[in-house]
Formats: sequence, C-alpha cells, structure tokens
Amino acid sequence: MKQLITFIRKEFLHVFRDRKTLLMLFGLPIAQIVLFGFALSNEIKDSKVVVADYSKDAVTRQLINKIAASKYFDLEQSLQSADQLQAAFKKGTIKMAIIFPQNFATDLIHTNKATVQVIADASDPNQATTITNYVTQIITDYNAGLANDAGQPMQILPELQMLYNPELRGAPNFVPGVMALVLMLVCTMMTSVAIVKEKELGTMEILLVSPFKTIYIIIAKLAPNLIISVVNLFIILILSSVFLDLPVKGSVLLLVFDSILFIMTSLSIGLLLSINAKTQQAAMMGSLMGMMLPTMLLTGFLFPIENMPLPMQFLSNIVPSRWYFIIIKKVMLKGLGFSSVWKETLILAGMCLSLFAISLRRFKIRLQ
Amino acid sequence: MNSLLFLLEKEFRQLLRNRQLLRTLIIAPVIQLILLPMAADYSVKNISIAVVDNDHSTFSRKLIAKITASGHFKLTGFTASYKEALSLVEQDKADLALQIPVDFERGLVRENSKKLYVAIDAIEGTKANLGGAYLSSIIKDFNDDIRLNWQSAPTAATFQSAPTIDDAPQISVAASNWYNPFMNYKLYMVPAILVTLVTAMAAMQSAFNIVQEKESGTIEQINVTPIKKHIFIIGKLIPFLVLGIVIFTLGLLVGWAFYGVAPTGNLLVLYGSLVVYLFAMLGLGLLVSTYSATQMQAMSLSFFFINIFNMMSGVFSSVDSMPAWAQAIVVTFPPSHFIKIMRMVVLKGSGFSDISYHLAAMAVIGLVLNTWAVLNYRKTS
Repeated sequence: MKQLITFIRKEFLHVFRDRKTLLMLFGLPIAQIVLFGFALSNEIKDSKVVVADYSKDAVTRQLINKIAASKYFDLEQSLQSADQLQAAFKKGTIKMAIIFPQNFATDLIHTNKATVQVIADASDPNQATTITNYVTQIITDYNAGLANDAGQPMQILPELQMLYNPELRGAPNFVPGVMALVLMLVCTMMTSVAIVKEKELGTMEILLVSPFKTIYIIIAKLAPNLIISVVNLFIILILSSVFLDLPVKGSVLLLVFDSILFIMTSLSIGLLLSINAKTQQAAMMGSLMGMMLPTMLLTGFLFPIENMPLPMQFLSNIVPSRWYFIIIKKVMLKGLGFSSVWKETLILAGMCLSLFAISLRRFKIRLQ
Repeated sequence: MNSLLFLLEKEFRQLLRNRQLLRTLIIAPVIQLILLPMAADYSVKNISIAVVDNDHSTFSRKLIAKITASGHFKLTGFTASYKEALSLVEQDKADLALQIPVDFERGLVRENSKKLYVAIDAIEGTKANLGGAYLSSIIKDFNDDIRLNWQSAPTAATFQSAPTIDDAPQISVAASNWYNPFMNYKLYMVPAILVTLVTAMAAMQSAFNIVQEKESGTIEQINVTPIKKHIFIIGKLIPFLVLGIVIFTLGLLVGWAFYGVAPTGNLLVLYGSLVVYLFAMLGLGLLVSTYSATQMQAMSLSFFFINIFNMMSGVFSSVDSMPAWAQAIVVTFPPSHFIKIMRMVVLKGSGFSDISYHLAAMAVIGLVLNTWAVLNYRKTS
C-alpha cells in the first residue's frame, strides 16, 4: 500500500511539473465552456436578404416593411437583374432573394391571387428551410390581416410552449455535449500518452522488473488523470451555473457519481489504446484522430441520433459519451432522479468494467 | 538550395519509412469521410410526438392523421393525461406533446375558436424551432380544410354571413432552393468534414514532427550544422504540404464516389485555396512546436486549437448566428475561411473573385503565424 502511495506521488509530480500541459488541461475546458456557451447558437437571425420589387405598389411596400422590421432579416439593397442575383449568391453576400412580380397589388385586388417568389441559398439546407418558413409566416400573417381573421369561423389557436429552454439558447444543448467531449478526450489522451511515453523512454522496463504489481502501475497511472478530470468537472459545473445560468437542477451527487463512472470508462479506453501503440505519436493519433470526430458526431449533441442510418445508430451505442450526454441532460437540465437514468448508468458501468478488465488482461508485462 | 534538397530527401524518407503512421494518416481520413457524413444529418424529421386526445371527435382524429401523414412527425403514442405526455417528453421518449382539449370539435363549431396546447422540448433549439413551425403550419392547413368542408356542406347555412375563405385575397409563396434543390444535407457536410480531416492530419503533424526531433535530440545535430533556420523550416513544411494535398485529393475522390459530391467550381480555385490554407495551418503547427518542449505539450496545444476550430468554424453551427464578438474571434481562424471557400466553390461554383476576401484573410493569417514562428524558433536552447 505504501508502495502504491509513493508511486501515485511520483505520477502526480510528473503531471504537475509540466506546467504547459497542466495549463492546457484546465484551460481547455474553461475556454470551451465559455466560448461555446456564449457563442454557439442555433437561432438564425439577421439573414441577409435582397428584394426585387417589380411592382412598387402599396402592398409590396407594406410587405417589404414587414420583412425589414423582422429581427430575422437584414434587408440589403434592392436588385436590378437576375445576373446580379446569381453573383450575390456566389459571393455569399445574401442568403435569400424575394421577388415581387409586376402588377402585384392589381392582381391581388382583381384576381384575389398574387405570388411572391422566394429563392433561398440551399447550400445550407437548414438555414434555407428556416428562413423560408419565416418569410412564409410573415406573408401568412399579412394574409390573415387581409381576410380579417377575427371574423373567420372555426379558429384554432395553437399555444406553443418551449420547455426547459424558452429562449432557444444554444448553451443548454452544447454545455452537456462539451462536458462529455472534453472529459472523454482529455482522459483517453492523457492516459494513453503517459503510458506510452514510459515505454518510449525505456523507463517502463525498470518498472516492470521491479517487484511492483502490474495493477499498481495501472492504478498509479490513472489516479492523477482521474483527479484532474474530477476537478475539471467541478470547474465546468460552477462555470455553467454562474455564467451560463445552467445550474444542476437534479441531484449533484448523482451527477458527480455518473461523471466519475464516465471518467473511469474513458481512462480505461486510454489504457487500451496505450497497449497497442508503440510510440507517443501513434497513441496521440489514435486518441486524437480516431476519437475526436466520432465522439463529436455520435454523442448526439450536434446531430440527432435518430436521423442516422441504422448502422450508425448501432455504432453510436458503443460510444460512452452518448450515454453520458443523456444522463447530463436529464439530471442537470431536466432535474430528473436516478429512476430515469438507471439504464444509462448501468450501461456506463458495464462498459467501464469490461474495458478495464480487457486492458488489465492485455497489459503487457514484457516489452518484446 | 542544395541543402534544402537534402533536407527534403531526409524528411520524405522518414515520413515514408514510418508505415504505421502513414497508414493512419491516409486510411483514417478516408474511413471517417465515408462514415461521418451519414451521421451528420440535421434535416429535421422524425420529431416524435405524444398526443393527448381528450375530445375523441372526428376533428381530433383527422388532425392527428394529418400530423402523422406529414412525414415530419412520428407518433410516440396516446396518453390519457397531459401530465403523462409531459413525462414522456421528460424521458426523451417524445420531443413534443400535443393536447387536444375536451370539446375541441364542439367548441370550434359553437364558439368559433378553441385552443390547442403544444409543449416542445427546447433543449435542442433548432429542432424545437422547426418542429413548432411545422406543427403550426399543419394546424393552419387543417384549419383551412375544416372551414372549406364546413362551408361546402349543406348544413353550413348559418355560417353564410361570415366571410368565407374563397372571398379573401391570398398571397401565396413560391419557394425555390438553389444550389441544393433536394435539400441534401450531405452536400453541405462533406466539404466541411474534409476540411477538418485535412486540418487534423496534415497541419498538426508538423508540430509533432518537429517536437519529436527536439525530444529525441536529433534537432541538436541539425542546429550545429550551417543550415539556415528558414531552410530547415521550409524543409519541414513542404512534406506536410504534399501530404495535405494527397489527403485532400483522396477526400475529394471519396466524397465523389460515396456521396456524389463533385465540385461545381474550378479545381484550380480549390487547390489554390488549399495551398494557402495549408500554409496558414502549417504555420500554426510550427508555432506550436516552438512553444513546446515535449510531444505531450505539443499535443495538448494542438488539441486545444483543433477542438476550438472544429466547434467554432461553422462546420456544425452557423458562424452567422454567433454574437459579434465571437465572429470577430472566428475571423482569425483559418478553417472558418477555408470551410466557407469549400462550400462556395463545391456547391455554388464560386470563382477566385468571389472568394478573394477569404483567400486574402487566410494569406494574412498565414504570414503572421509563419513570421511569428520563424522569429520564435531558436537554434540554440
């Protein structure tokens, strides 16, 4: 036992001696939570729009004023020809063009019908859908005014209520995602590199010939990373409740327990990576390249998992951060208790145990 | 000049000799580019909806049928109370709860108006926003339908005094979607994912490579030779420039073969921008290497930048919807410019004059980073 404590002390000294890495370990989560929490948002507003008004009558002027007044649109100068439209789209200066044909008001009055043409730059499909919806909404409202809606029979009034995030901020979705991402990547990377480094420098050999038990070597290697990650976790939780107005609604104890489970799972993955990698570079590439993008995409905070093809959905099940992300959302944002996250907790525990068991068995006690 | 050639020969030999690394560098991006765009589908469909039908009337059944037939919504199930529906939302089993009140049909007929209650899980802002908009427009359509049916029915005589829907002037919207008429999200994602892969593979390798020489001590041997430091640096950068171009080309081929994403624009424009981009990113790698003594440090620093670049450069969420201060920061990230260029050239066929601003921005960032790195690089420690 005394041996183990001495050894853990050695590992801590190693970590704390390297100030630059340490700064990065704590600086990264802070910078990410602050940057992403404040900067990332899914709300689409101030989209640049041009209007071509070939009619220039009272109705089109009213409609243009309504569009200009909306917070979703920024009206750019009006347009003379179709060539200009093409060029503006290619330059990316506008997202949408709204075209009123000639005799707009006259048609509307005499035939009761008039058509606005709306062209969206669909190279970003979501943005195109959203802003087309906004324009349609404005025009529907205007129609309702024309038809004098109050006098219409059978009015259905949908009452929409946005739960958990009434202002549709980006932070409630991104903070849990970033938590999962940062904890997972930092743990796997730090662990795998720390072990492979000893292999590369040859000091691992000295450890292996010593009477020290293999399990102790592993525990000592994992301990500093576990503690750093837990400290990180608290920094993130405090930051998000103080600056981003996202306090933990549910039980803090439950969240911390599940987080530690998740951290241990990530540490085990790092351990597993270190077994197969011969050089630090290979370990880094494995954890950085192999893990970063899949973790980002398959966790579910950027893209809804139910939209993915079945093989990908299946694949996402083996990404631990996916389950952790669900747990944080439920406990932190919705304030639910253990009864609604026991399944995810169980899955994480299973992953953690089996990964640790595999890496323990495969941990080589000989270098060649 | 001669010494540069020798250095290049050395670098290429070292790069080609390390088969394990080379395999990772080339196979990993190809596999990721094949798999990841499938996951990156943000088109909003499959919004799951829990319905509380307290009315059980023809109207309520028709409305539910209309919602499920729209293709945007997936019915999770009916619950007996609003509270149960909300708990389904709480459990992530439904994104949306719709309550049809008692006397929905009767109220509409007798009192002319009736409320519907909709609660949306808004943690994912976009989904909530679009889901709400879709549902509102379906309800509006339904409203128009029942009015028309009601008025054409013979029993509607009592309503003749009210203005009918046909009398009202209507403005309709004809919407068209340029450059991506089928709203294929993959066309939008493949170019951006390719950029993140090139960034991670080629650019950050340069940092590791130099630091590795520092750690193993071989850099000392080069430092004591009369090789000038800019020659040494150029010798380090050119192999990674070539590697970047190779990965990029492979990526374009994969995008074309698997997703049918073929650049509409000029390839010369694409490759020209790629070289400027790599110049900037290799400069960053170089700068990272001058500030790190160990590979661990180089990795931590690179990881910091790559992660922030990936999240902030507009791959996943639009830069335009960020606040002004964040946009000011993002302007200094080379990937944000290259991702814009890629999407513009690949999807819209933009030419040099259209992308000149982004190209110039990348060149300036590249010059600053490289100059900084060269000034900071010391042959003596």
